[in-house]
Amino acid sequence: MKTLSAALGAACLVFAASLAGAADKPTDPQIAHIAYSAGVIDVEAAKLALTKTQNPDVKAFAESMQKDHEAVNDAALALVKKLGVTPEDNETSQSLAKAAEAKRAELGKLDGAAFDKAYIDNEVAYHQQVNGALETLLIPSAENGELKSLLETGLKLFQGHQQHAEHVAAGLK
Amino acid sequence: MTALLLDRRQLLLGGAALLAIGGPARAEASTVRITVEKLAFVPEEITVRAGDTIEWVNKDPFAHTATVKGGWEVAIPPGKTGTRVAAAGDDIEYYCRFHPNMKGRIVVSA
Ligand SMILES: [Cu+2]
Repeated sequence: MKTLSAALGAACLVFAASLAGAADKPTDPQIAHIAYSAGVIDVEAAKLALTKTQNPDVKAFAESMQKDHEAVNDAALALVKKLGVTPEDNETSQSLAKAAEAKRAELGKLDGAAFDKAYIDNEVAYHQQVNGALETLLIPSAENGELKSLLETGLKLFQGHQQHAEHVAAGLK
Repeated sequence: MTALLLDRRQLLLGGAALLAIGGPARAEASTVRITVEKLAFVPEEITVRAGDTIEWVNKDPFAHTATVKGGWEVAIPPGKTGTRVAAAGDDIEYYCRFHPNMKGRIVVSA
């Protein structure tokens, strides 16, 4: 519970800080962009892991992240096309991308068991952060019903990923 | 031997099976379907008899599994179907290995 509320707090900070400059709540085109960017970041992390890990559980996890996030992003692209919405880049997407780039550079220097642990720990933290943002900001802010519904499915998916990452992390110790 | 037991049981429990499964009394094993959609097993709980086929129909674009901790696992690929013939010991809870927040339960009726 303690780590969860800490993570939610951290997520609120990251997302609130970057949105404070503009409107209080993100618009649908911004939400679509944030959700899509969050998925791309995790696909990139998975691709890096697949070039590095020798651990079968970490490999299976990374493969699942790559496939699931690609699938949900395909669904998101199909939806914005259908709705005639153009995803709009924004400060939150940019700060997410920037943080992810730094993390990727950090992970890139590690190998073996040290890489596995750092990758999985970051996956737990990252999914916690994204889930916090979905629950407290993105889902409540979404205007379009179909977008909201896709985000809700995304939340269930990412909560599953977080638990999967926690299981893998427990096995690494 | 097994067939003999099964026959006798069905004779005795025809009425109970009718109530539990909600269909007509059956002379042979049937298929019980679970839809896997939006990260959920629907229905979450099913009642089967040993020998029935359990069928998970995956409507998600994601790979799922029906996994019993320390036991069997059925792969349920995206858009496809996974099956298992229910065994007497299948009175259990299962989850998805890729999304452990997905949970289901199988009840094996006598
Ligand atoms: Cu699943």
